[in-house]
Amino acid sequence: MPRFELNDTDVVVIVGSGAGGGTMANELTRRGLKVVMFEAGKRQSLATFSQNPGEAFAQLTWLEPRTQSGSWDPVKTSPTLPAWHCRTVGGTTVHWTGATPRLQPYEIRARSVYGDIPGASLADWPIDYDELKRWYQVAEKRLGVTRRNGNPGMPASNNFKVMYAGARRLGYKRVHTNYLAINSRARDDRAFCIQQGFCVQGCKTGAKWSTLYTEIPRAEASGRLDLRSECFVTRIEHDEAGRATGVVYRDAAGQEQRQRARIVCVAGNAIETARLLLLSESGRFKHGLANGSDQVGRNYCHHVLSFVFGIFDQPVSFWRGAVLAGVVEDENIQDPRRGFAGGYHLELAMLDLPTLPLIGLPYGWGRDFASVVDNYRNMAGMLVNGEDLPRADNRITLSSTRKDGYGLPVAHIHCDPHPNDLAMRAHATGQGRKIYEAVGAKRTVVSPMPPATHQMGTARMSHDPGQGVTNAYGRTHEVPNLFISDGSVQTTAGAANPTLTIVALALRQADHIGREAAAGRL
Amino acid sequence: MNTRATHTDSLESADRRSFVRGVGVLTGVIALGSPLAGLLPSRAWAVQLQVLSSAEAAALLAMIRTIAPHDTLDDAAYALVVVAVDGDAAGSTEARAGLKAGIASLRDGFALMPEGARVEQLRRIESGTFFQSVRIKTLLVLYNNPIAWSHFGFEGESFSKGGYLLRGFNDLKWLPDVPLADSGPMPTA
Repeated sequence: MPRFELNDTDVVVIVGSGAGGGTMANELTRRGLKVVMFEAGKRQSLATFSQNPGEAFAQLTWLEPRTQSGSWDPVKTSPTLPAWHCRTVGGTTVHWTGATPRLQPYEIRARSVYGDIPGASLADWPIDYDELKRWYQVAEKRLGVTRRNGNPGMPASNNFKVMYAGARRLGYKRVHTNYLAINSRARDDRAFCIQQGFCVQGCKTGAKWSTLYTEIPRAEASGRLDLRSECFVTRIEHDEAGRATGVVYRDAAGQEQRQRARIVCVAGNAIETARLLLLSESGRFKHGLANGSDQVGRNYCHHVLSFVFGIFDQPVSFWRGAVLAGVVEDENIQDPRRGFAGGYHLELAMLDLPTLPLIGLPYGWGRDFASVVDNYRNMAGMLVNGEDLPRADNRITLSSTRKDGYGLPVAHIHCDPHPNDLAMRAHATGQGRKIYEAVGAKRTVVSPMPPATHQMGTARMSHDPGQGVTNAYGRTHEVPNLFISDGSVQTTAGAANPTLTIVALALRQADHIGREAAAGRL
Repeated sequence: MNTRATHTDSLESADRRSFVRGVGVLTGVIALGSPLAGLLPSRAWAVQLQVLSSAEAAALLAMIRTIAPHDTLDDAAYALVVVAVDGDAAGSTEARAGLKAGIASLRDGFALMPEGARVEQLRRIESGTFFQSVRIKTLLVLYNNPIAWSHFGFEGESFSKGGYLLRGFNDLKWLPDVPLADSGPMPTA
């Protein structure tokens, strides 16, 4: 692996190695560019992944403190962990569950389709659906998504049999084993899924796509990737003309270093991406880098999330098998007669035993709580994943009370769910209960919002530099060689799990950078 | 959301243990026929404590059983939580004092009260730091060990056994199978 010089002004710096950063590294090195990619966490491998959920959590999770406020559930239910994502090479693609639905055409025109909803900061995406669809197709081939391009669907698990039977009885039509970036047969030099039930702990066979063992090693094989793990970027610097010149970071030994750069791409997961831009304030960019619009950190979206569990008289053993291998798509529509704008997916879900009481039943104690866990063998589970509306004041700021190990303010998350989100949650969890009741559930249990696993919107795309942080290529309006390459750029959340969209937009951004660089404009 | 796994290592055979170092001890006997019998060297177990007296440990164990009442889950699993709470408190004088004061705030004879009375007492301190820290520790430790996994049915690590592809991920028979068009075939090498 090459080691580029700190003062090499020809490298592209990428901050973060997950779905966005890892994909960018492969795409840019393929195009002949030299890349230095920073990752705050350590490098794991299929061999070091642990199927002890507690160990895996400690090994992979972003555990730096955050502060939070607002009326969303995690303030009460998950005070020390408002968001659950990764700090490891491969980022959150190490612990994701592989669900890869596309956004629907109506969802990227949310402002036009839903109208002006008070209390929401809706906007249309600055990109045509046909264009997005073209890049979805490229991304789906890259990730080997099931039920696309001739890849077989996943076989049905016990948990899915329950969801399927109930959903069909309710009249739902589009119910299947989901679109998954998990090999349903061996492909891309990776094994097929053997239904381990530990997607979240890191897939020990590599059947699930992760940049850790796909995009990143390919970029390394090009000889043009310098991956610096355990290195934490604290600031992006710029010159007098307002162009990014490089980054300041702490190396694995905690020493401050400076890496010069020709282009900087930030893909730190939407909370840390916003934090880094805010930390990079300067005399010229007084409210944070590329933040003349005051939109950095605002419009934070995390999806309407809720578990629904059904308890039956007979065993389900829902911990066996790929976690999210099932979906009901019928509610991913715009139909205001349901009492809210936007739509949702009902996705198959299970929780391993140690995680269930923490994420799925986080308020509980006493007989009522214990009686749910007592039925662990006989539980079926699903996760509501719905579109939450962006709000200007749902935002990431720099904490005024808490600092990290380097003395830098940690991210503060403020979130008040929009009434539309609450109406959708009530409808979706109600439908989830009905699905289980239709096949004889003796009890159903609904969880509050678990820690946020999908972070979006904190540096959103917009044609209008006053309404967003980047243009349609994720290129910031104010700093021409600064790009945002993760879910931060999503103008709205839609109901799709974000990874496929992040990869599609990264592929498109890399194509744009490659052309601009070749034409001498970057 | 979990701390590192707590294993049964901290439960030792009572007969092999020297009791001189600890402040208090918690002891128990595993029920005949329990699946735990294979996990431990003998049915009688004992744990040594660093902070708590035997009486305090017994009260804490009763509190944990009230937070997460699984009647047939062996006391040995609950003892792991006691050990974890005790171990956390050993780190500082402040934590030590906080834990002891918390337990002292439970009424005399708490461990021997009927469940309804214990619940009533805990409701009164439910929003306080002591209760919440014990509750969170209970969630973190009680369900993250082989004793609990065996009790509740969670089968744990599966990679070394080839996952569940041929071991029951689709063995549910009380509902119809899903048509192939909405699922997919079993993979073949």
